[in-house]
Amino acid sequence: MSLTELVFLVLAVVAAGSALLSMTSGQLVHSALWLVVTLGAVAGCFVLMTAEFVAWVQVLVYVGSVVVLVIFALMLTRQTSATTAEVTGNRWIAAALGVVAAIGLGATMVAGFRGEDIEGRRIGTAGSIGQALFTDWVLPFEILSGVLLAALIGAIVISRSGSDR
Amino acid sequence: MGELLDALLRCLLVLGAFLTLPLLVGQMEHKAMAHMQSRVGPMAAGGFHGWAQLVADGIKFVQKESITPVAADRRVFELAPAVALVPYLVAMLAIPLGPFFGQGNLIGQDLDLGLFFVLAAMSVGVLGTLMGGLGSGNKYSYIGGMRVAAQLMSYELPMVLAAASVAMAAGTLSLIGIADAWEPWWLLAQLPGLIVFFVAGLAELQRPPFDAPLADAELVMGPLTEYGGMRFAMFLLAEYAGIVVLAGLTTVLFLGGWAGPWSDHLGWAWTLLKIAGVSFLVIWARVAYPRLREDQVNALAWKVLVPLALAQVTLTTVLVVW
Repeated sequence: MSLTELVFLVLAVVAAGSALLSMTSGQLVHSALWLVVTLGAVAGCFVLMTAEFVAWVQVLVYVGSVVVLVIFALMLTRQTSATTAEVTGNRWIAAALGVVAAIGLGATMVAGFRGEDIEGRRIGTAGSIGQALFTDWVLPFEILSGVLLAALIGAIVISRSGSDR
Repeated sequence: MGELLDALLRCLLVLGAFLTLPLLVGQMEHKAMAHMQSRVGPMAAGGFHGWAQLVADGIKFVQKESITPVAADRRVFELAPAVALVPYLVAMLAIPLGPFFGQGNLIGQDLDLGLFFVLAAMSVGVLGTLMGGLGSGNKYSYIGGMRVAAQLMSYELPMVLAAASVAMAAGTLSLIGIADAWEPWWLLAQLPGLIVFFVAGLAELQRPPFDAPLADAELVMGPLTEYGGMRFAMFLLAEYAGIVVLAGLTTVLFLGGWAGPWSDHLGWAWTLLKIAGVSFLVIWARVAYPRLREDQVNALAWKVLVPLALAQVTLTTVLVVW
């Protein structure tokens, strides 16, 4: 086992462990902070797979904005920082769905990329990702931006409908 | 072996810069602000114009007792200053200072994607203040934390857009590449981007006039209210290190980095000079402008800076394609 594989393994364990802690932690704020550790460890995994661009964007967007948004929403809706997470009956259904999705995605990855070697190849630079995004994947990219636009308009409609009434 | 020694030496240099430059900016703030307000500032410590004032402050902070409030969320509270400080050290690793007497570029580590690396590190740093606000168990801290979160979400977008505009013009995300590609007429073509970047950076660091989260007249000291001793000193150091990182990034992206006479040998001095100039502007802004109200802070971001940044990106696209 090479050093890179060892570091990757450690980061993967950290990511999975902190994800578990984020789900089982009693306080919502702690869950959000454990999520930061998970996302950071996943970014580290991306770096080891030479996908540096994805890694830094992951930190910039997810740690820097999405987690802050989560914490902000938490602060606005609950009065104290010591609120505990409510357990609803949907918990086990959500867990089952999560496991199914993880197995499905994992199986797809293994089936599609087993035996691929990234050693010595720079597949994750900004240039190569830009090339791929605007040649092979331009249609999914455009559809995604359409979905985001729809979400944006939906958010505006929902937030305005209260004040008009 | 030589490679390892080289990397070690660079890390030590970055650590040295991290420990001295923020203190120099802090001393400049003491003196420049004092003279702008018709005072003289610290004069006693160290003898000559109070040059050792911050060292004395540091010794004072070390001696203070470290107190954790009973109501605080202990681990979050204690970890927050480190989360605020360390990202700026990491960010400094990737900021180039330019050619050093023809011995290559003075930089911690030349990264292919340096721009995104530094921006990502900066965005993590603000998480520390947020943790302080959440974990203190104090309502002033809590309100301050909410303001930090709102401010951060508003200003992240214009900052990244303005930085992306320069990266598009240079055709690279490497900070050395951007500074090398810089041309004097960019001062004009990228001027809106420069203004947006600088203002958004001030807001991200919660420097006046964007210090609504701290707002000593309303919130005691916002997220930092409950901190004392070394932990408070770490937050202060993080603020000054943040100024250095922001000034360094502004210099490299918008002011040409080491561009200037004899830049092959004295490039690093030009960069340091420009960083000092931008830092002075940061301090000047504190003295010159009153604090923005909370709604004004967010209105400025969404109604002025974001449209301006989008217009800048459009202009750059036209210039690059044409």
